[in-house]
Amino acid sequence: MTQIELTVNGEKRSDEVEPRLLLVHYLRELLGLRAANVGCDTTSCGACTVLLDGKSVKSCTVLAVQASGHEVTTAEGLAVGGELHPVQAAFRQQHGLQCGFCTPGMVMATVGLLAENPHPTEAEVREGLEGNLCRCTGYHNIVRAVLAAAQAQAGQVTGEQVTA
Amino acid sequence: MSILGTRVLRTEDPRFLTTGGVYVEDLVDERLDGACHVFFVRSPVAHARISGIDASAALAAPGVVAVFTAADVADLPTIPPSGPMNKHMQQPMLATDKVRYVGEPVAVVVVEQPYQGEDALELVAVDYEPLPAVLGFDPSDDTLLFEDAGTNVAGWWGNPAELKADLFDGCEVVVSQVIINQRVAPAPMESRGAAAVWGADGRLTAWIPNQGAQGTKGGLARMLNLEPSQVRVITPDVGGAFGAKFGADREHVIVAWVARELGRPARWSETRYENLIGMTHGRAQQHTITIGGSRDGDVLAYRLEVVQDAGAYVRAGGFLPMLTRLMTSGPYDIPRAESVAKVVVTSTTPIGAYRGAGRPEASAALERAIDLFAAEAGLDPADVRRKNLLPAFTEPHRTAFGALYDTGDYVTGLERALAAAGYVELRAEQAARRARGDVRQLGIGLASYVEITGMGEGEGSGPNENATVEVRPDGTATILTGTSPHGQGHQTAWAMLASEELGIPVEKITLKWGDTDLIPKGGGTGGSRSLQLGGAAVRQASQELIEEARQRAAAQLEASPADLVYDKTKTSFNVAGDPDAAVPLTQLAEQERLLIRAVFTGPGATFPFGTHVAVVEVDAETGKPTLLRMITVDDAGVVLNPLLAEGQRHGGIGQGAAQAMVEEVVYDTDGNPLTTSFADYPFVSATELPSFELVDSQTPTTYNPLGVKGIGEAGSIGSTPAVQNAIVDAVAHLGVRHIDMPTTSRRIWQAIRAAGQHSESEHA
Ligand code: FES
Ligand code: FES
Repeated sequence: MTQIELTVNGEKRSDEVEPRLLLVHYLRELLGLRAANVGCDTTSCGACTVLLDGKSVKSCTVLAVQASGHEVTTAEGLAVGGELHPVQAAFRQQHGLQCGFCTPGMVMATVGLLAENPHPTEAEVREGLEGNLCRCTGYHNIVRAVLAAAQAQAGQVTGEQVTA
Repeated sequence: MSILGTRVLRTEDPRFLTTGGVYVEDLVDERLDGACHVFFVRSPVAHARISGIDASAALAAPGVVAVFTAADVADLPTIPPSGPMNKHMQQPMLATDKVRYVGEPVAVVVVEQPYQGEDALELVAVDYEPLPAVLGFDPSDDTLLFEDAGTNVAGWWGNPAELKADLFDGCEVVVSQVIINQRVAPAPMESRGAAAVWGADGRLTAWIPNQGAQGTKGGLARMLNLEPSQVRVITPDVGGAFGAKFGADREHVIVAWVARELGRPARWSETRYENLIGMTHGRAQQHTITIGGSRDGDVLAYRLEVVQDAGAYVRAGGFLPMLTRLMTSGPYDIPRAESVAKVVVTSTTPIGAYRGAGRPEASAALERAIDLFAAEAGLDPADVRRKNLLPAFTEPHRTAFGALYDTGDYVTGLERALAAAGYVELRAEQAARRARGDVRQLGIGLASYVEITGMGEGEGSGPNENATVEVRPDGTATILTGTSPHGQGHQTAWAMLASEELGIPVEKITLKWGDTDLIPKGGGTGGSRSLQLGGAAVRQASQELIEEARQRAAAQLEASPADLVYDKTKTSFNVAGDPDAAVPLTQLAEQERLLIRAVFTGPGATFPFGTHVAVVEVDAETGKPTLLRMITVDDAGVVLNPLLAEGQRHGGIGQGAAQAMVEEVVYDTDGNPLTTSFADYPFVSATELPSFELVDSQTPTTYNPLGVKGIGEAGSIGSTPAVQNAIVDAVAHLGVRHIDMPTTSRRIWQAIRAAGQHSESEHA
């Protein structure tokens, strides 16, 4: 057993874990954060995507011990005060989800993508989400959602600057 | 203003976006505390005799509770083939004397902790005496999958002896082609799973991701030798299904059986590897088409000979070709058409329903045939379609294959799609690129289709579905439905239908489904049936509820029911002209439960239709294809919520294009699957698809008061042949006639080369 210390969705955690425990299982089984799903066994689907220090990672390929000392954000930690995060809101607005299984991963991948590239083109969005598979939507509305979220976030930043 | 027809955002979304859905794997339920975990030992060989199983090492491994083999489950029945197929082709619950495909469950290992399962699986020693694999669409009977059957042919739909020798007499142009509609994996993002527990009363409660809990319950009861009343199925959130989660599979039965045997709850969660070999596959048909007609483009005769590879056991593979045959002539007026289908068994994963289930296959064959005919006659494929599509009709049209098309206007659908695509300009651009000899050639592909949705269970029984609507004293409403949403958005759509009648806002209406104790009857969600049957039932129940409430309110107000007006904005009855003499619904609900169950029965299946136009670019040097545009008309009658209808179309278009271009389940010559992970199975990604251009078109049906038809599968039915036709069209000027799906770079490149060599040798 190894001791890990990390922040999950803004909360400090200290846990004893098996060295081979995957981050996704740590989140799901120990913390009961089950938004991230496991959709494959080859790091191919992205259903397990979370943020590690603000960057999107596939939590099925990160060991819980590797997350020690870092900050993890899951879909559960995205909404603030009951308000959907702009990316979540855009997914709803654009009907970017159907069965919802890929959705938490897709949303976290989008947050990561927009942090790196706040104004992506459609092609960049498609490239950026290549590692996140969805069987339901044909990706059309997911792409719309990402582009809409980018716009909304740009709008928000401008808004804050105006008030400042 | 009516809420119907508007883009209401999904009320189910906030939960999925924040905490995520609660799929079977996510379930936390005290009834499942202390559950053991079930793992399946699956055959690593395609076809072999089992000469022994030694579980001693596994039993000694840490955490192993039990190991079970076929001998232990001998009390469970075998599963007969579906359809009128050879009854000797029975599927055992666990492989008994033989294994018949890689992935077939042979034994079960039960462990305390999930992580102990994979290791323990390796320790079960099974002795296999390999037999030759049985593969392809024409498997010889030298090696039999089922010795008792005496053949690898499971059966026929139609009689090959009745095919007419003179069918093509008088045709100036006749073309034949063998076309492979390849095997694909449904691969919902959530794989299969189950959780089961038995009560002290001997009743089973099973949580199973499914498409219709009532059907799943029936299957479990049958296969566990139980009365239906002894089974309760609860449906968690379901992460996609696409036809492959209907009913109960043998793994589900085994999990329930293990829970009973061990007297403790049991869970199973399928890995992706297992899913790609263990869940049913889709399609897997070979089509031999012959089409004939006049030089100027009149199609006079069409023959479709189908071979369905059913896989090792005849599941939906026994009836899918029946649907393919039913739709043989599609949207066309073909004076002479015939079809026949043979079903064979092979040592591969069994075939099941997959988005469209039998109809995309019919459409793919026919739309390739139309293009082959057009190419042979030297005509524009759009003109050939114009010429041969059935003219618009409003009275039902009976086809030679027995299908009764309700309403349709196929030519208008075609013209709208062509106009939206800019067909004339596209052809001009194509001609220019061809003239210049550009490396990147343009291909334009069409597919006009009609499909069948909302089918009944059998002759004579009209398709039906039930709904219960209850208004509660707190002003909220609850709907119970026999449909089973797993992404389609019924919570929102059914609430819209109830809201329209009751005036209660959508956010205050809750939908429940998939618990067989709560909703004993229901046909589930599949075959694009839900809105036209389940939605119509919700409307009917809501209307009947208002009538019931009117009677009660009238009694209370001592007025005649006919004099009462229902004010939706106030959700209250009042006497006409006297707003003060009012009784709100909530008050009535307080006095006595206000609840109505209604069954909607339609006169028959409905037939949505449309045309898809695909535009592709093909690199003539490397064969690399790029799908540039998809323009589609999908007319499924009146649209209830455009947001949801578009979502269904998008998903179908994506899956259809995926089949056309990239996806295929591949076996080697020994029957070993080569596509057993998402690293190897080319599941379509966002980079391979364009944004889709949807054209609105709504031709109402008279078969239900909503005027709606099914939209769930249309996308995949139109897009598959449209994309394939576009790919062939892009290189047609180089002499290419046909390329089988998936139209990968390699296949396209090979086709170009073969055509080049062919024309060289012709010129030599
Ligand atoms: S579970 Fe598929 S990438 Fe992590
Ligand atoms: S919404 Fe179902 S997999 Fe993406």
